[in-house]
Amino acid sequence: MIMGLESWTLARPEIFLLAVTALLLIWGVVRGESATTFVSLATSAALIVTAVLMFAPYREGTAFGTLFIVDRLTSTMKVLVLVGSAVAILMSRAYFEDVKAWRFEYPLLVALASVGMMLMISANDLMALYVGLELQSLALYVVAAFQRDNVRSTEAGLKYFVLGSVASGMLLFGASLIYGFCGSTAFVQISRALLEGKGGEIGTVIGLVFVVAGLAFKCAAVPFHMWTPDVYEGAPTPVTALFAVAPKVAAISLLVSVLMGPFKPLFDQWQQIVVVAAVLSIAWGAFAAIRQTNIKRLMAYSSINNVGYILLGLASGSEKGIQAVVFYLAIYVVMTLGTFAIILLMKRRGVMVEGVNDLAGLARSQPMMALALLVFMFSLAGVPPLAGFWGKLYVFIAAIEAKLYTAAVIGILSSVVASYYYLRIVKVMYFDEPAEMLDRLPFSVNRAVALASAVVIALFSLAPQPLSLAAAAAAKGLFP
Amino acid sequence: MSSWPILSLVTFLPLVGALFCLVVNGPKDAVDRNCRSAALVTSVVTFVISILLWVRFDPTKAGFQFEEKADWVPALNIGYHMGIDGISLFFVLLSTLLTPLCILSAWEAVRVRVKEYMIAFLVLETFMVGMFCALDLALFYVFFEGVLIPMFLIIGVWGGPRRIYAAFKFFLYTFLGSVLMLLAIIAIYWQIGTSDLVVAMEKLQLPFIWQCWLFVAFFASFAVKMPMWPVHTWLPDAHVEAPTAGSVILAGVLLKMGGYGFLRLSIPLLPEACQFFAPLIFGLSVVAVIYTSLVALVQEDMKKLIAYSSVAHMGLVTIGAFILNMQSVQGSMFQMLSHGIVSAALFLCVGVVYDRMHTHEIDVFGGLVHRMPRYAFIFMVFTLASIGLPGLSGFIGEFLVLIGTFKVNTWVATLAATGLFLGAAYALWLYRAIIFGQLTKDSLKGILDMNMREVAVFVPLVLLTLWMGVYPSSFLDPMAPSIDKLVGDYQAAIKLARTASLMP
Repeated sequence: MIMGLESWTLARPEIFLLAVTALLLIWGVVRGESATTFVSLATSAALIVTAVLMFAPYREGTAFGTLFIVDRLTSTMKVLVLVGSAVAILMSRAYFEDVKAWRFEYPLLVALASVGMMLMISANDLMALYVGLELQSLALYVVAAFQRDNVRSTEAGLKYFVLGSVASGMLLFGASLIYGFCGSTAFVQISRALLEGKGGEIGTVIGLVFVVAGLAFKCAAVPFHMWTPDVYEGAPTPVTALFAVAPKVAAISLLVSVLMGPFKPLFDQWQQIVVVAAVLSIAWGAFAAIRQTNIKRLMAYSSINNVGYILLGLASGSEKGIQAVVFYLAIYVVMTLGTFAIILLMKRRGVMVEGVNDLAGLARSQPMMALALLVFMFSLAGVPPLAGFWGKLYVFIAAIEAKLYTAAVIGILSSVVASYYYLRIVKVMYFDEPAEMLDRLPFSVNRAVALASAVVIALFSLAPQPLSLAAAAAAKGLFP
Repeated sequence: MSSWPILSLVTFLPLVGALFCLVVNGPKDAVDRNCRSAALVTSVVTFVISILLWVRFDPTKAGFQFEEKADWVPALNIGYHMGIDGISLFFVLLSTLLTPLCILSAWEAVRVRVKEYMIAFLVLETFMVGMFCALDLALFYVFFEGVLIPMFLIIGVWGGPRRIYAAFKFFLYTFLGSVLMLLAIIAIYWQIGTSDLVVAMEKLQLPFIWQCWLFVAFFASFAVKMPMWPVHTWLPDAHVEAPTAGSVILAGVLLKMGGYGFLRLSIPLLPEACQFFAPLIFGLSVVAVIYTSLVALVQEDMKKLIAYSSVAHMGLVTIGAFILNMQSVQGSMFQMLSHGIVSAALFLCVGVVYDRMHTHEIDVFGGLVHRMPRYAFIFMVFTLASIGLPGLSGFIGEFLVLIGTFKVNTWVATLAATGLFLGAAYALWLYRAIIFGQLTKDSLKGILDMNMREVAVFVPLVLLTLWMGVYPSSFLDPMAPSIDKLVGDYQAAIKLARTASLMP
């Protein structure tokens, strides 16, 4: 494995994205604020082009020694991240223009975070993992506080930064323990050491627990979820939309590749941790959301709940389980983007509102938007025939095959509890009389995103086959 | 013509109508008018096509007919498999018959959000018909649960004053029941590697303890849907708050989904567990028959009274289904069909006076016969049918169930029969309170009799009730081979299990 051209070809999407970001940064600095719209559109386009680059032509293998790995799983996850980030940037313009914070740094920070996420997903070494994670986190800390003259946004950024640093610290500590006991940071070496029984000591397990804890923080699984509701509520709404999608995909992908890769030999040990985190996330995400009145906070709990189901898929440790993770994530991304597109449309007399009750009467004033949100809510609740049901079906099939009966029963009963608050949104839209209607906004990107997401969900509902094939192909990489 | 996928056509045609309604645009009056007509035309055409199913149904065959098979999610081995046999045929017809009647009954009664109303009903029809045709467990589940979405909206948007409470209760109760069924379906899927029901019926061999667990999971779902005592409490709330047509579909079709589920899934797939749990079911059913009849006697709301009477009638259905001999299962099926028509008609009757007085409190009415003779006649037909007067549809089902039950368990039969007596008591009491007596209340002095549109809704139901009561063979004959097979397979499975347990 020489550092030849091969390495650079494998990493060309990341390199391309980084290069474009750098060029656009220069452009932005030269042209000032007036370039913002162009920079944001160009960044979105670059993110999409990056996604295309991965498949034209598609290559897989490891690069830069063993630091960097590309396979079906990483490529699929990267597509989700890139699409999520691109759409999140497109959705943000109206909001930031409203609050007079439409600056060119925003799309560029998101692009840099995306590079970080791609590195995370492709990490094949604890060092590479950490570098990617920090690149992502630092960019996102800034983005969370982007509306800098707003107290809540600043608070969210600070909170995210402080707690995120603790998580990074834990992860780093765990990584150093693993390095100490296994003798290497490379996943391949760690795996070999564990298989040979060299690294099976308690130290490695403790290190693993710390690493898992750090990653659980990043994907907001209970008991490391405390930051989520506050950050989701405080951050500017388009940023929340981004947080709910891209970093989550990246963190889960990383968790999958760490646990199913080098630490596969310790499956019995980490399975317990993941099952507990999954069940707690599902239950807490379901119960704590019941009393929320702020829709962004509610979506925070909803995301905790959904991460729980995804972790349950991972906990089964089987090929079906990983398929479930990919399948669920893809549908989760679409549902979440669609929901946030509608949240971004919630305005009354020109002012953004974010209370659940502000949706009252939406079914009369904007029937199409209400119908789209209805589709997302029932889909999130996992009511068939909508796509969210297929995701849950996948997860539960994997869980039952792995004999995680108790977790499956708790998970499925919690989904009934969770359905209550999704139904509440439907109730507010359809059953309640509006006190004062929300503004009818002219056709915009957000409306298009909402409708497109609803259509995609409808298609996935009727024909889940293409997505399940993609998920199967992605999962195959981990099970040679 | 024979190659036409009739079942898919019947299932998805309403969806086409719903899509049409969705895209209709223009001034409110025109939209309302177009949506009403489109919904009526679609549902009538669907009904006519579904008649074809009956005409072309081969009543000598026990297996599934009109089968359609296609891949749906091959990655998970989930197929699109549709087909009907004698058990499901009439449920499909019941669904397609009641939907146009519901739409017709809402012609003038529903004035707000007509478009959404029609869409909800058409989507509901697709789910109902699909559920009765599905021969794949996953497909079955999708349709079974899908029903909740339109019904939730129907109760919540067009319902009475406590509609939100009722809609949530309805949704959460039934959803809680059905998610457990999903786990059971996954467990079966895991055993046989496919979700095809026909394969499952042939291949599935589960140890007794597993059967029991899965039975409990299925039971959670179907018992809530039926609804059986003590999980019936959502039904009176849902009925009272739902708009007329919502109650009609709820009583007419949705309650049958539970009974159908027992016959289609629980009994063929888990025979030993069925035998094991039968005493429990008899107990619950007998309590339902007697207790809910007594509760019905003291109701002050017409819809609540009929709702409780539904629980009592469904108690008889579960007894019949789990006695599991030829007469009892036939009786149980017939009782479901008859109840589907009679209780639907009774709710429509309530709807007629509700449209005029905007209440269904019994106290408000009295002496209606003086102003509404046509109404009094039609109401009487269905009251008597509900009581089980010979010559009307209710009698056949009850009689068959009781004969079948008497052969197996005298006590259950005797206790169930007391329910019939109580049923006569509350139904006649209701009829007397509403129709007879002096017309003293001022508010009723100007009430009008049914108009032609309303009569048109009832005529097919009256005729069907008579037909079913006078010549039940038209309905029982097509069912017979399938029920025979169901009972035969069940007894064979029990015998096999018994010999297996006797062997050392």
